[in-house]
Amino acid sequence: MAVSEEARPKQGKTPARARLASLRFPRRFSCDDVFEASSIIFAGVIVLIIVVTSVFLVRGSVPVLESFGTGFFTGKNWIAAAGSESYSALPFVLGTLVTSAIAVAVGVPLSMGIAIFLAEMAPWSVRNPLSRVIELLAAVPSIVYGLWGLFVFRLWIRDYLETPISNYVGSFPVFQGTPLGLDFLTAGLILAIMIIPTVSSISNDVMMAVPASQREAAYSIGATRWEVVRTGVLGYARSGIFGATILGLGRAVGETMAVTMIIGNIPALPASFFQHGATMASVIANEFSEADPGSLHLSALIGIGLTLFLFALEINVFAQLMVWRVLKVRGGSVE
Amino acid sequence: MTLSLQLEELKPASSEASAIRSTMEKFKIQTEKLNAWFANNHVLKDLSINVKENEVTAIIGPSGCGKSTFIRCLNRMHELVPGARSSGAVLLDNTNVYARGTDPVTVRRKVGMVFQKPNPFPTMSVYDNVAAGLKLNGVRDHQKLDRAVKRSLELAFLWDEVKTDLDKSGVSLSGGQQQRLCIARALAVEPEVILMDEPCSALDPIATAKIEELIASLKSQYTVVIVTHNMQQAARVSDSTAFLYLGKLIEYGGTTQLFENPKEELTERYLTGKFG
Amino acid sequence: MSNRSFRKFKDRLAYGLGVLCVVLAMFPLASILFEVVRNGLPAISVGLLTRPTGNITDPSSGIGNAIEGTLILIGMTCLIAVPIGLFAGIYLAEFGDNKFGRTIRFLNDVLAEFPSIVIGILAFSIVVVAIGHFSAMAGAVALSIIMLPIVTRTAEESIKLVPSSIRDAAMALGIRRWRTSLSIVLVTAKDGILTGIMLSIARIAGETAPLLLTVLGSGFFFSGVDQPIDALPLRIFTDYKNSNYPSALAQGWGAALVLVVLVLSLNLGVRFLTRGRSTFARARA
Repeated sequence: MAVSEEARPKQGKTPARARLASLRFPRRFSCDDVFEASSIIFAGVIVLIIVVTSVFLVRGSVPVLESFGTGFFTGKNWIAAAGSESYSALPFVLGTLVTSAIAVAVGVPLSMGIAIFLAEMAPWSVRNPLSRVIELLAAVPSIVYGLWGLFVFRLWIRDYLETPISNYVGSFPVFQGTPLGLDFLTAGLILAIMIIPTVSSISNDVMMAVPASQREAAYSIGATRWEVVRTGVLGYARSGIFGATILGLGRAVGETMAVTMIIGNIPALPASFFQHGATMASVIANEFSEADPGSLHLSALIGIGLTLFLFALEINVFAQLMVWRVLKVRGGSVE
Repeated sequence: MTLSLQLEELKPASSEASAIRSTMEKFKIQTEKLNAWFANNHVLKDLSINVKENEVTAIIGPSGCGKSTFIRCLNRMHELVPGARSSGAVLLDNTNVYARGTDPVTVRRKVGMVFQKPNPFPTMSVYDNVAAGLKLNGVRDHQKLDRAVKRSLELAFLWDEVKTDLDKSGVSLSGGQQQRLCIARALAVEPEVILMDEPCSALDPIATAKIEELIASLKSQYTVVIVTHNMQQAARVSDSTAFLYLGKLIEYGGTTQLFENPKEELTERYLTGKFG
Repeated sequence: MSNRSFRKFKDRLAYGLGVLCVVLAMFPLASILFEVVRNGLPAISVGLLTRPTGNITDPSSGIGNAIEGTLILIGMTCLIAVPIGLFAGIYLAEFGDNKFGRTIRFLNDVLAEFPSIVIGILAFSIVVVAIGHFSAMAGAVALSIIMLPIVTRTAEESIKLVPSSIRDAAMALGIRRWRTSLSIVLVTAKDGILTGIMLSIARIAGETAPLLLTVLGSGFFFSGVDQPIDALPLRIFTDYKNSNYPSALAQGWGAALVLVVLVLSLNLGVRFLTRGRSTFARARA
């Protein structure tokens, strides 16, 4: 008995059945709707936070921007003494740029070395434990970096790096000044250490996401391990590694406590690596609780916060796009 | 190409032959012109099948013919896949479960399902696995839960094996026990129909035999629809069998008749292993 | 042949440089741990751990209030951030396969990388300005904003790791979706979510910058959520500012040791128990 349209009801019956159905399986207003709606609302909190942050930062900066206009970004002085108040973000913007540049210049090559070693070269048995240990660098609180930086790291830098440099090439403008260790160079170097776990672990992920076929192709033509890395892996992972670098830069730009404790906190335009300085984050940390509510000083600090926010936002949006493209669109299994 | 031409020719003959049967028996589930899609992929084409009450109905056919999709349409699980949709009607006791305003959750309580791989809830004990459907639908009465768990495990031939370790994790059982646990879990919410999607494909022959025995005993109280790629299994456990090919119903009838004397050449070729 | 040995040499060189980089990175870590233990351990005593700070030059000054404050801040932060993060994670995992979901996911990643001092300014502008003075509440709000994106993302990742067969089984039993999500999917994903929560606690326990702008610090025990409170990182910072008093410096190292032990035990515990499944939390925390 071959049946394909067995016992089809007459067309006319269907509406009656539909009515009956809604009686037997009524779809109530259900908790599911409430559940979905509340999950959307909670997810919306994330958007709200970003919007509210922008609004408050802009609103708080209005007084200082009204008083100084573009001078807030081009002036040279930061004087909080009543009567001779003058505020400019420039010394801090430059301070942040200098310390972050040092951090990236020193930290990224180190991180690359670590990532390549752990992803491609190290014996299998040590890869996981070693990467865990490197990640612990990220677990150490910033304030502890600061304490260690001030009492230990600063002395190493002063005695074994800055003093020799000062002795030999101290006449170069960028190395002028007495090397005390409380300066841009030390701050940049401690940031370099602090960005290593971020940059190396994301680069590692990106390299792991490179398809095995890329490596096999290189090995099959007799390449050495290093040649496999250079030709097969790095080329493929390039944009993700670049993204990791930018994320590291974002970390360095926003890092506060360790820098505050070893940069010297003098708001001056950077001219030498061996000079006391300040960054956007450090001046906020130092002066915020001293500024009177409603004062121009507070507004200036919030203005610096706004500037820092915009820097960090741009850097991170850019970096997320780079990393995201590699890890997700190329089908990496990481996230 | 030739196959689909053949199918078109076969169609008219088949619909006439069915008229006599339809009036006589009580049908638990009837599908009318059931179609289903995954995005733009049309996987079920105008399926109309009547499933008789208190019988085991087997759905057979080669991989990708739409067997699983078909039974997932019966309890509205198909629509949970992103991009999936369907059209046509599925009548459960003459009520269209796809009618506007129908709550799919209520449908699924009446039409239980057992899956290809045993999937007990990994964080729950044996007891909690069986009780999950009731508990999470608001049953708090412990005596009632105890009774339901015992009854369901007995129906699933599992009670004697696990009655002393009801607190053990559900995933600590063997594969066959896990699958019977999943059957007990489905039975606990007291459905009227049990859908089984290749329930033995991940099991060894001994566990399979036990499940088949269980299926036979279930039909006195339930209507069972089982998808299987194993033709011997269909022959052993079912009363009626439907053969699907490329999303179309090729032949449907009593199991003995279909296996011993198929009407369609395509069915015969499939049963004799000429393709699929 | 010489070309071949040159290639081999380059390969060796690359390997050697890799080892060097790893050693260079591990050296600061070892030094930090060594110095914290060397300077902190002599300062540790029952009195230090239990007494309030009071006058810092007083020999009986302790960090009991800072330990208490850190624990209270962690508790308040979890109360705020965990429920929001869980629901946001559920949204992303279960309903987030659309444009709004992708936007949220992206913004969440951006928020995770916000400088914490900027978040401090935000909490200051909202809570401190509203109450009129520094308070534990303001600190908890700031820390919640830091914790939220980590919880959200790990919740999403862990929920997505739950096999679809588990969800299917629940749906086929006629269990409602919200019940399925909360009682079955979330419970199955709890290990991963717990990992994320613990790593984010480790992260916020060490945060200092936002606290400077919100809770200020205090020499006394907890006196209300609308009052200033102390915390271990703040105590370290205050002690550093008073480091011309040797007793303050010793106290700072003692506080640093307590903080490092707290943070590292959270990290190590989680990583070795669950084998750190979430890449996101590992990279961010």
